Amino acid sequence: MPTTRRQFLNLAGGVTVAGTVPIVTLRPLQATPAMLNAAIRNLVGEAQLRNGRIRLDIPPLVENGNTVPMTVSVANPMTADDYVKSIHVFNEKNPQPNIGNFYLGPSSGRAQVSTRIRLADTQKVVAIARLSDDTFWQVAADVVVTLAACTEEMN
Amino acid sequence: MIVWRAIAAAIFLVTGPALLAAEIPPDARRSGYAFMGPDTRAMQDDDTANPGMLFVLDGEQLWKKKTGSADRACADCHGDARTSMKGVAARYPAFDKALGRPVTLDQRINLCRAIHQQATPLPYETRDLLALSAFVAHQSRGNPITAGDDPQLKPFVDQGRDLFMQREGQLNLACTNCHDDNFDKRLAGAPITQGQPTGYPLYRLEWQTLGSLERRLRSCMSGVRAQAYDYGSPELVALELYLMSRARGLPMETPAVRP
Amino acid sequence: MAALINVPSKAKRGEIIEIRTLTSHIMETGFRHTADGKLVPRDIITSFICRYNGAEVFRADLFPAIAANPYLSFFTVAKESGKFEFEWIGDNGYSSTASASITVE
Repeated sequence: MPTTRRQFLNLAGGVTVAGTVPIVTLRPLQATPAMLNAAIRNLVGEAQLRNGRIRLDIPPLVENGNTVPMTVSVANPMTADDYVKSIHVFNEKNPQPNIGNFYLGPSSGRAQVSTRIRLADTQKVVAIARLSDDTFWQVAADVVVTLAACTEEMN
Repeated sequence: MIVWRAIAAAIFLVTGPALLAAEIPPDARRSGYAFMGPDTRAMQDDDTANPGMLFVLDGEQLWKKKTGSADRACADCHGDARTSMKGVAARYPAFDKALGRPVTLDQRINLCRAIHQQATPLPYETRDLLALSAFVAHQSRGNPITAGDDPQLKPFVDQGRDLFMQREGQLNLACTNCHDDNFDKRLAGAPITQGQPTGYPLYRLEWQTLGSLERRLRSCMSGVRAQAYDYGSPELVALELYLMSRARGLPMETPAVRP
Repeated sequence: MAALINVPSKAKRGEIIEIRTLTSHIMETGFRHTADGKLVPRDIITSFICRYNGAEVFRADLFPAIAANPYLSFFTVAKESGKFEFEWIGDNGYSSTASASITVE
């Protein structure tokens, strides 16, 4: 679209005046990739993290980061001597790296958990499964969080 | 800041080709549901996954609970809401003869509390008022909207329409500039909808709670940097009435889920 | 405040069933500020437990990154008729429970 002088002035005016409005922007200190790595290390210790077996279903582009549906499933039997012990979900840029820990057992029948999470920004989400033999399996997904246009000032 | 930048960018969009305020023909009206992604739709479609249903359940309890100095429950007069309240919310705001003006469903609940239960009004956007209103409106789910049909409402529908068409705020935008002229386009990352209020009170992911149409209108107003009208003000009621009449025929969805 | 529990009322022995729970809670993160700059204290559900006839079959630790009105879906094997009990525990002594029964044939 060609930019006319009036459109440009409108735009500039909007931005300048906006700068004077006291908005509480809630973008507190963020977790960092280092914090994410530390949280993961805290779980797996020195064990090797392998790729595969675990699947993370999360929309690549979300309409609002306040409520993002997510499903983690692990392709593994759930028998008395071979099962998924737990599933752990982490993020890269929220104030804290942890999202949730989910503890399963042979009686779960299927290693699959769904919940809804908060993502403060476009970032990476990591899910890790711990199996009964204490091996760890990971998967990561990138999620783009779009910005709502007319949000309330306080949120 | 991000919000203002997005809206400032939107000025490009609205000062562009579409300056004519054309109303949407009836067969082209679409609920906000049509504009959202599959995940948000799934959340609304399944009652056991729709967080708005938590409020409907709370409202059902409140419906049966005796309150006020009359020690009377909604159910004591209205009986089973599944039959007595079916289709009711679809015609609100409705004309109140005693007051000589339209009242919203929230206002009707508080009038009932004052007159029949002798109870204090529930403040706007409180959990109890939203829950009751959601429970009542849920009984109309699937019913076509008929609000505004009453001829006594005509001047108030017209007032609401004028407000909808009127530019306001520091960004000098009218509701119509986005919601009649530019729906299906995007404002920042978000799709611009037609602004059809089919599912209120609704669960907005942004709010992480249920909220009224008035709350939504007020956040649109602060979005264009206008002074928002007070809850329950004649202007907000008129706008709500116009919007509901504009959505005529669309089915009620309460409790809807929106991003 | 309400909780929504979805457990099949009937199942075949050995069938893997899905359990869904949705409960009312604001899940205040502890990272937000009011307009006058005060920190809003954290108020979240920190753990969830599901027991099947008294035995734990699923447990979760929740963090502030779980959305308001927490939703959880998980699976279990239908072994015998009886009761599922759900418990949510959180900050400020928060505790709520719900239950659902199942008939296993």
